[in-house]
This record gives sequence, structure tokens and C-alpha cells, in this order.
Amino acid sequence: MAAEIYLNVAVSGLLTGLVYGLMAAGLSVIFGVVRVVNFAHGEMMTVAMYLAIVLFNTLGLDPLVMAVPLAGVLFALGYVLQAGLINPFITRPEYSQFMLLIAIAIIIVNVLLIVFGPDARNVQTSYAFDSFLIGPLIIDATKVYAGAATLVITAALFVFFQFAPLGKAIRACADNYTGALVVGLNVKHLYALTFGIGAACVGAAGSMLVLLVDVTPSLGPALTLLAFIIVITGGLGSMAGAVLGGLLIGFTEAMAGLFFTPSAKSMFSFGLLVLVLLFRPQGILGKRLS
Amino acid sequence: MIARVLDGVSHRGVALLAMLLAVLLAVPLVANDYLLTVLIIVLYSAYTGQAWNVMMGFAGQLSLGHAIYVGLGAYAAAALYVHFGIAPWLGLAAAIAVAVACGAIIGFLAFRFGVGGVYFAILTIAFAEFARIGFDHFQWVGASSGFFLPVANYTRNDLWNLRGNPTMFYYVMLVLTAAAFALCHALLKSRIGYYWQAIREDEIAARSLGIDTFRYKMYAAMLSAGMTAVAGVFFAFYYNNLFPEQVFHISRSIELILGPIIGGIGTLFGPLIGAFLLTGLSEAMQELLSALGFDVPGAKQVFYGLCLAVVVIALPGGVWPWLAGKLRVTRRDA
Repeated sequence: MAAEIYLNVAVSGLLTGLVYGLMAAGLSVIFGVVRVVNFAHGEMMTVAMYLAIVLFNTLGLDPLVMAVPLAGVLFALGYVLQAGLINPFITRPEYSQFMLLIAIAIIIVNVLLIVFGPDARNVQTSYAFDSFLIGPLIIDATKVYAGAATLVITAALFVFFQFAPLGKAIRACADNYTGALVVGLNVKHLYALTFGIGAACVGAAGSMLVLLVDVTPSLGPALTLLAFIIVITGGLGSMAGAVLGGLLIGFTEAMAGLFFTPSAKSMFSFGLLVLVLLFRPQGILGKRLS
Repeated sequence: MIARVLDGVSHRGVALLAMLLAVLLAVPLVANDYLLTVLIIVLYSAYTGQAWNVMMGFAGQLSLGHAIYVGLGAYAAAALYVHFGIAPWLGLAAAIAVAVACGAIIGFLAFRFGVGGVYFAILTIAFAEFARIGFDHFQWVGASSGFFLPVANYTRNDLWNLRGNPTMFYYVMLVLTAAAFALCHALLKSRIGYYWQAIREDEIAARSLGIDTFRYKMYAAMLSAGMTAVAGVFFAFYYNNLFPEQVFHISRSIELILGPIIGGIGTLFGPLIGAFLLTGLSEAMQELLSALGFDVPGAKQVFYGLCLAVVVIALPGGVWPWLAGKLRVTRRDA
């Protein structure tokens, strides 16, 4: 009996971890190409979550279906942000980039606070209490749908970067900035595109996460931190690393919540982060740091 | 390149500084409690900004988790006072010791294992968050329900136990800020200060010149942690209540570094100017918004974020290098 509880919690943690992985993949893509750490990543995700809630409450649109359109909206936001505000900061020192993105994060959190208030919000779908019985396992249907949809989107992203000409061009910018300029790539446009793609990841992931957790304006900074932990654990700049990191963190948090108290669960993620930074600073799947 | 401003401060600069100090010393004679409270916040952020600046501005190590040192200092001194009746000036030694030890651990782990740049910044956040959640479950100091110092209506100021009215706290904070300023000035002119600046500008070059970069980065981390812990002790005895969710929260760490970044990183006057600008702006916003009847939670912070973005975009080096040029207090171009 006891073993089944652990198994249930583990599967549930891994499914949530998939959604975390997509969010972190966005951060990883942005850092890997543009070399800017998006300190407003979680905040952008809460924007997507609130949009999903508004769409569900007013038009009855299911967040699972809205993941793609919301990814489009966040893509536009990310593109404009990079092309308009962040691009001049590419050559500035790191702390200067941090400050700009922290300013953007502060603005997002508090605009959400003004518009939606501090109360926790969620969506009540018709399948919220459905579950699948697989042998001894009882799994939330919502988590299965969200996890499966996330997996599809992540796979699409992977295929895009691996095989599409545009994806290859973006990787060329990341590998060799000067080389990309020499062969005539429009790097500024590609950077904006990359930031847009990173933002689209949180658009889709946010749309999924709204099915799993309640959202408040202050969730943003917590998600940003979570995304940092995941990408550093998995390897900053590596997509597969982000997914693996997401699964690992989802699993760790679920287990810590079971064995200790749920309020202490993030402590274990931070502990994991510290261990990874010390013994494998490039992350589990990251390339060796120069 | 980060401007080193005081390097060429003219007589004009010294005169301005003396005037500022004279005004600050005389303020409690005329100011009401509200103004005094605001000035305490200004001096507090100037002091913590100066302490952070030692690590980032001088030695180039970006810490985004300085709230951990404020929190450790605050909790150490407060716990000793509440549980054992030990006066804050004695508790201060313990607070500094704990924070320096913590700074040394973080510094050792990061610098020994070659964790730098973005990774170092995130490591400092991780430690601060770790402490926040840890203290949330630390029953001896009240866990998440908070830790309180006894409060009474004091008829006279008890400087030894740091119990008294705002005027006393104001002068304590003024002395601390002036001392931190003097210390940083002396450090910048000393051998260690030049070593730090060499490390900040180019660590590999510094090492090739024979500077033990590990050791000097450790000194910066430990000194900065110890200085910040002093502010933590002040925080505990001034506000009389400590909540892990507030003291250790990442937004505290960010507030702490806004002043020196807005004012001008790596400069002596930067943290001071930044503290005046940000606190002044914040209070003015509060007044303006309530006068307009637009007193929505969050409105002030939105404006705050906008101002921050504007300054970061328009004045990459901070306000002070620009202002110093206008006031003509520097001999060389800042």
C-alpha cells in the first residue's frame, strides 16, 4: 500500500515536472542564444496564466486548447521586448541587464496586482476531478493531459531547432555571432525571434500550469527562481537538460512534500541547485564551461 | 568601465560632503517624526548599499542574495537579546561572526569551484532562499509566525539596549553610514582596494600579476557580509519584529542593490545618492497617489519599476558619475 502512494506521488511530480521543463526550456533558449538571463521569465508566465483564466471565465475556452494561441501572444510580447528594449543591453555588463529585466518583472507583477488583485485564482474545468486508473496507479487526468500536451510542444521545439532552416540560423547566431553576421544573417531579428520563442514556451507552459496550480501575482518571482534552478541543474543552454531538470525538480518537490512538509519542498530544490553548482557547475547535460 | 569617482575629488567635493554631514546632523532639531523616519530609511539603504558595493562595486562579485546577511544579523542579535538578555552591542559581535562565516562559506564554495558571473549571482539567491525557508521552520526564533522584541513606551533612550525614540535610531544610523563611507574611502585608497579593482576589471590579468585573487575575493565577500549584518542588527531593534518571509525575501535583496546601481556602482557617493533618490521617490509617489485618490496596492511599485527602467536605460553608469560632472566635483572625467 505504502509503495503505491510513493509511486502515485512520483508520477504526479514527474507530470508537473514536464510543464516546469517547458518553462525552463524557454529560459534556456533565451540564455543559450541571446546570452541574457531573463529575470522576468516567471512573471511572463503569470501573464499567460492570467490570460488563460480570463479566456476560460469569459469565453469558456479550455486552457489546453488555448496553449497555442497564448504561445503566439507571448511570442509577440517577447519579440517586441527584445527588439525594442533589451537589444541595446546585449553589450552592457550583466548587472545592467539584470536591472532592466528586474524592472520589467516589477512592473508585470504589480500591474497584475492592480488588475486582478492579490487573491489566488484558478480554472474549474469539467474534467478537473477525473482520473485514470492504471494498475495500482491513480493519476489526475488533468496532469496527464497537461503533461502530454507539454511533451508534444517540447518535441516540436526540439525539431524546430534541430531541422528547420530558421532554427539552424538561430543556432548559428548562438555558436558564432561574428560568423552569423558574415554570412548575412539578420542577428537582431533572430535574437528577437529567439526571445519570442522563449516567451512562447512560457505562454504554452503557463496555459498548462493554470490547470495544476492557483495563480497569484506573487507567483511570478517564485516561478523565475524555479526556472533558474531547473536550467542550472539540467545545464544552461541545453534543451534536453531543461526537460530533464524539470522532471528532476518536479520529482524532488513531490517527494519532499510527501516526506517532510509541503512548505519546505523548495528547500530541497535549492539544496539540489547548490550541489549541482558545486560539483557540476555546467549542469547535468551542459557543455563544459570555458 | 566603472568610474572611480572619489579618486579625483576636489576641495569642492569635500566642501559639499561636509555640508551634507552638517545638514544631516542638524536635521533632528527641526524635523518631525515622519521626516526622521524617512531619513532613517534613507540612511539604512545608503549603509546597506555601501556594504553591497564593497563586493560588487569594488571586487566585481555580483551578489543577489544580500538579504541573507541582513537576516542572519537580525536574527542572531534578536535571539540573543530575547532568549538570554544579551545587549545588542554584544549581540552585534555574534551577528557579524555568523554573517562573516556565512559569507565565507558561500565565497569559498563559489570561488574555489570556479562559480562566477550569472552562476554566482544565482548561487547567492539560492542560499538566501534556502535561509528563508529554513527560518520559516526554525521554531526557536518563532518560525513563520514571526519573532518579536519586547516593546514598551520608553521615557528615555537606552542606547546600550537600543531601546528609544526615532532620534536615537537616526543618530545611530548616521554614525554607521558615515563610518561605512569612511571605511570604504580608506579601502579604495589602500592596497586591498586596488587589488579588488584589478580583479573587477580583469581577473586573469590580476592573477597573472601575482594577486591571490581567491583570497581577496574572500575578503570582499566576508567584509561585505559583516557590514551588512550590522544593518541587520539595527533592523531588528528598530522594527522589533522579524518575519522570514520579509527579511530574507528576494525582493529585499533587490531593494538593497537598487540604490548603489541607480546611484553609480563602484563609486563612494553612488549608494548615498541612490538611497536619497529612491526613498525620496518612493515617499513622494505615496503622497502623490493618495492625494490623487489612486491608492491601489501596486501602483507605487509600477511607477518605481518604470523609473528604474528609465534610469538603467538612460544612465548606464548611474546618477552619480553624471551628477559629479554637472557639479564639477571631479578633476577627471567620471
